[in-house]
Amino acid sequence: MTVTVLLFASYADALGKSAIELDVAPGSTVRDILGTLSAMPGGDRLPPRPLVAVNQEYASASTALHGGEEVAVIPPVAGG
Amino acid sequence: MRIALVDGPIDVSALIVEVSDDSCGAATVFLGCVRDVNEGRAVTGIEYSAYRSMAEREMTAIAREAAERFGVTRLVVEHRLGTLRLGDVSVAVVAAHPHRAPALDAMRFAIEQLKRRVPIWKLELYVDGTREWVGAGAVPEGVR
Repeated sequence: MTVTVLLFASYADALGKSAIELDVAPGSTVRDILGTLSAMPGGDRLPPRPLVAVNQEYASASTALHGGEEVAVIPPVAGG
Repeated sequence: MRIALVDGPIDVSALIVEVSDDSCGAATVFLGCVRDVNEGRAVTGIEYSAYRSMAEREMTAIAREAAERFGVTRLVVEHRLGTLRLGDVSVAVVAAHPHRAPALDAMRFAIEQLKRRVPIWKLELYVDGTREWVGAGAVPEGVR
């Protein structure tokens, strides 16, 4: 199954891209996605526990993925 | 109530007209503007970007919460994206109500929640030609 990972702002700069299609094993969680990202080139510039949203809602590390989700890694927000 | 991410200048007067009617004895306005100095560095502008779909969703949730908490349904929140120069209005919160206290409370609540929750980012542009993401050095709260 696949999920779409979205990266923004400083995190997009770190990985050098703003969207990544990831193949993930059934039963994967947000934590697994973060592990995969941290192993990518530039992934060491992501914090160990960034904010994550799944399908536009803030999620936890243990949130389960079923395929097809939009998983966004959210840098510290700075609107206003 | 209405929220929007916009790509051009925010027309504050139009927003006041939009939320007000003859029942409203008070209208409150908060404007966020691009400032010339941040943490001692001279700024020439800010590039705003967002996770648009989620930002709209969070802004809508905030407007609903303001209505529930303060009974203020006459509320509009607009946030501008793109490259803004000094003095440009980046965000406007306008609330109207028969009485001033709910209008003030709803306005304050909406801007504070926006700054805390809505996925929008600032790339600050400095006089010396460098640029930096605001808050990028902050330790995130971590996945909840």
